[in-house]
Amino acid sequence: MFDALADRLESAWKKLRGQDKISESNIQEALREVRRALLEADANLQVVKDFVAEVQTKALGAEVIAGVNPAQQFIKIVYDELVAVMGEENAPLANVTTAPTIVLMAGLQGTGKTTATAKLALHLRKQDRSTLLVATDVYRPAAIDQLITLGKQIGVPVFEMGKDADPVEIARQGVEKAQADGIDTVIIDTAGRLQIDESMMAELAQIKNTVTPHEVLLVVDAMTGQEAANLTRTFHEQIGITGAILTKMDGDTRGGAALSVRQISGQPIKFIGVGEKVEALQPFYPDRMASRILGMGDVLTLVEKAQEEVDFAEAEKLQEKILTAKFDFTDFLKQTRLMKNMGSLAGIVKLLPGMGNKLSDEQLQQGEVQLKRSEAMINSMTQEERRNPDLLSGSPSRRRRIAKGSGYSLEDVSKLVSDFQKMRSLMQQMGQGQLPGMGMPGMGGMGGMFGAPSMGPGTPPPGWRGYNSPAPSKKKKKEKKKKGFGSL
Amino acid sequence: MDEAFLWSAEVLAAQGRLPEGVSIEEITWLKRLRQGLDKTRRSLVNQLRAIVGQGPLNQAGVTEIESLLLQADVGIDATDYIIEALQARLRQEALPPSEAIAYLKQILRDMLDKPLGDSHSLSFVPEKDMLNIWLITGVNGAGKTTTIGKIAHIAQKSGYRCLIAAADTFRAAAVQQVKVWGERSNVEVIANPGKNTDPAAVVFDAIIAAQARHAELLLVDTAGRLQNKKNLMDELSKIRRIIDKKAPGAIVESLLVLDSTLGQNGLRQAEVFSEVAKLSGVVLTKLDGTAKGGIALAVVQQLGLPIRFIGAGEGIEDLRPFSSYEFVEALLSG
Ligand SMILES: Nc1nc2c(ncn2[C@@H]2O[C@H](COP(=O)(O)OP(=O)(O)OP(=O)(O)O)[C@@H](O)[C@H]2O)c(=O)[nH]1
Ligand SMILES: Nc1nc2c(ncn2[C@@H]2O[C@H](COP(=O)(O)OP(=O)(O)OP(=O)(O)O)[C@@H](O)[C@H]2O)c(=O)[nH]1
Ligand SMILES: [Mg+2]
Ligand SMILES: [Mg+2]
Repeated sequence: MFDALADRLESAWKKLRGQDKISESNIQEALREVRRALLEADANLQVVKDFVAEVQTKALGAEVIAGVNPAQQFIKIVYDELVAVMGEENAPLANVTTAPTIVLMAGLQGTGKTTATAKLALHLRKQDRSTLLVATDVYRPAAIDQLITLGKQIGVPVFEMGKDADPVEIARQGVEKAQADGIDTVIIDTAGRLQIDESMMAELAQIKNTVTPHEVLLVVDAMTGQEAANLTRTFHEQIGITGAILTKMDGDTRGGAALSVRQISGQPIKFIGVGEKVEALQPFYPDRMASRILGMGDVLTLVEKAQEEVDFAEAEKLQEKILTAKFDFTDFLKQTRLMKNMGSLAGIVKLLPGMGNKLSDEQLQQGEVQLKRSEAMINSMTQEERRNPDLLSGSPSRRRRIAKGSGYSLEDVSKLVSDFQKMRSLMQQMGQGQLPGMGMPGMGGMGGMFGAPSMGPGTPPPGWRGYNSPAPSKKKKKEKKKKGFGSL
Repeated sequence: MDEAFLWSAEVLAAQGRLPEGVSIEEITWLKRLRQGLDKTRRSLVNQLRAIVGQGPLNQAGVTEIESLLLQADVGIDATDYIIEALQARLRQEALPPSEAIAYLKQILRDMLDKPLGDSHSLSFVPEKDMLNIWLITGVNGAGKTTTIGKIAHIAQKSGYRCLIAAADTFRAAAVQQVKVWGERSNVEVIANPGKNTDPAAVVFDAIIAAQARHAELLLVDTAGRLQNKKNLMDELSKIRRIIDKKAPGAIVESLLVLDSTLGQNGLRQAEVFSEVAKLSGVVLTKLDGTAKGGIALAVVQQLGLPIRFIGAGEGIEDLRPFSSYEFVEALLSG
C-alpha cells in the first residue's frame, strides 16, 4: 500500500533532479502516483481519470512559488482540488417552514440506513426538532423490530403497519401522522435494494412521488469500491438524491467512494457515520475527507478528539501551542494522559499525518512502552525544565540528573530531548500553514518519540494502516510476497 | 430465448455439462449471476477486437483489460500481477484477442483454485454423524445472518441436524432477525434472552445444546465488527477460543463473509479476521448486483483462503457453492 502520497511524490520528483518547474513532461510520473493513490483509495476509475486531467491542467497553469519545491506545490494542488471537488462543508439537513420536513432514506442492502435513521433523529433532537420514524422495510426479517428498538433507545416514536402492508401506503400514512401530531421532521427508513432491481426501484420512486420528500439521502458504505459510482448514478437518475450519508467511517478504509458519490451526483455528503451507536454521527468535512483519501492523516480530527476528552479551553490552548511550537514537556505529559483517556496509542497515531499506515503493531507496542519511559523521564524534570525544554538541550548536567532520577541512561534522556525538539519544529512547520504530511521526512523525530525504529523510504509498510490488529507476522508476509504480488 | 439464457447454457457447456444434466434452477441461478451485466455492453472479446482489429493483442488492448480489472475492484497490486503474467505470455507469442482472453481466464481461475490444492471439489459439506461448527464472521452489514439462514436451509434439506447460535447480542433486533431465519427452515436458534450478554456465553450454551442433541451442524452468527476495533476483535478471539476448548472433537470451519461491493478494504478485513478467527474460507455475498467482487482475487491470493459459497440474492435459496469458472466468466463479461 502507499506510504503517504507526499512521500511518493517526493521520490517521483527526485528522479528529475535539477528540474524546478512543473512541466508537461516531468509531471507524468507524479500524475501516475496520484492516479494510483486514488485507485488504492477506491475512487472510481472514470472519476479518477477526470480528476487527474483536471489536476494536470491546474498544475501546468500554476505559478511557481519561490522556496517551494515542485513536489510540495504539486501535492498542494492535488489536495486543494480534492477539497474543492468534495463540495460544501457541513451541509445541514433540510428544514422547511411548514412542518413536517420529510426525509427519505435510500441505499443498497446493509449500508446503514436504519441505523442512520435513528442517528439523524437523535441529531435533530439536539436542535430541538421532534421526529417520527417510519418503518417501510417489510422485507428484511425483523427490520421493523430493529427500528422500533432503536426508537426506544432514543425515545423517538416509530410509525409502522406491520410487514404485510404496502411500503408506499406506510410512508403516506406515516407522513399524515407526523402532520397530525405536529412533528417537525419525519424520517422514512426503506428496505435496502440493488439499483438494478427494477421493481424495488419503482417502489422507491413511488414512495418518493407519494410523499414528495424535501430530502432524499443516499446512504453509502464508506468501504464501497468501484460500484459507488454506478449505484450513485442510478439512484440519482431514477430517484433523485439531495445528499448522502457516508457510513462506517470509523473503519480504516480510505473512503475514495466519497469522491465518486460527490462527483457523480453533484450532491453534498451531509453526514458521516462513525460507529454502531446512535450517537455516532458527524458532519462531513471535505478537507478531512481529502487528507484521508490521500493518506495524509488528520491533525484536525486529533485535536477535535482531544476536545471531547478535555475541556474546550484546554484543547484550544493545546492546539495553539502545537501550532506555534510552544508545546513543552508539561503539555506532552498532559497529552500523554489525554491519549490514555482517548484510547490506545494506535487509535491516536492513525490520525497523525502520514503516521497511520507507517507503523506496525509491534512498533506501536514499542511506542506504548516508549511513552511510559518518556513519562518517567519527564516526571524527573523540574517544572522549569518541563516548561522550557531548551534548558535541557543546553545542559548535559541537567540531563544527567534526570537520567539518574528516572533510572534511564543519559543517552535515553538526550534522545528524548532531541526528539522532542525535532517534533516541535515539525509542529511549527504545520502551524505555518504547510500541509499536513508535507514535512514527512521530519516525521522521523516523532517516530523516534514513539519508539519506532526509523524507516527508510523503501521499507514496505505493514499494510493499510497496520495498527490495532494482530497483523500476520512480518516473516510470513515476506515469504508470501515473493510468490505473490510483492514480487512486482 | 434470451441472451442471458444462452450465456448460462454456454457457461455450463464449457464446464463439460450436458443439457440433460442441467436443472432449470441452475440456469436461473446463472442468469441471476449475470443479471447485473449491462446488456448494451459488448463482450470483452468484441471490445478488444474493436481496438486491435484483426491483429494480435497490443498495448492498447492490454490497457483495456487493465481498466476492466480495476473497475472490478481487483485492486492495483493484483491487477499488476495479472497483467504482468499476461504480458509475459504475449512477449513469447502474439495472440489474437480470443486466445489472449482464454489465457487471462486461465490465470484468474488458477489464482482462485490454488487454495483448494488438487481437490477441485465444488461441494463443501459438513461431515455426517459428528459435530461441525461453522463460525460466521465479517464487518457490519456484509450478509452474515442472511448467509446463516441460507446455509441452515440447505443443511436441513440435506438431512443434517442443525442448530444456530445467536451470538450477535449487540445489534438492535439481531436475535429476532436470526430467529426468523431459523423459523423459515425449521432450525432451532439458541439465544440468551438477556440484553447485551456475553456472546461467548451464548456460544458456550449452544455448544452444550449441540452436543446434548447430537447436532451435526452448529452455525454461529456473530455481530458485525470492523477489523480495526480492538475490543470487538478480542471478543471474537474469545468466541473462537471457547469453540476450540469446548468442542475439541468438532470440525470447525471459520468463514469470513465479504460483501462483493467492497473495495480494497476487503483485503485488510481478511488479513485481520484471518488471524483472530483462524479463517478457513470466505463467503462472497451480494453478487446479484453489478459489483464484481474482484477483491476476492486478492484475498484468495494473499491469504490462501478458498471461497466456499457465494450469495446472490436475499432469498433462502440464493446460495451456491463457489465455482471459479462462473466467477471468472461473470468478472470479465462486464
Ligand atoms: N461501525 C459502524 N457500523 C455501522 C455504522 N452504521 C451502521 N452500522 C452497522 O452496519 C450494519 C447494517 O446497518 P443497518 O442500519 O441495519 O443497515 P441498513 O442499510 O438498514 O440495512 P438493510 O435494511 O438490510 O438494507 C449494522 O450492524 C449496523 O450496526 C457506522 O457508521 N459504523
Ligand atoms: N442482494 C443481496 N442482498 C443480500 C445478500 N446477502 C445479504 N443481503 C442483504 O444485506 C443486508 C444485510 O444482511 P445481514 O445478513 O443482516 O448482514 P449481517 O452481516 O448479518 O449484518 P450485521 O449483523 O448487522 O453486521 C440485508 O438486507 C440482506 O437481505 C445477497 O447475497 N444479495
Ligand atoms: Mg434497514
Ligand atoms: Mg447479522
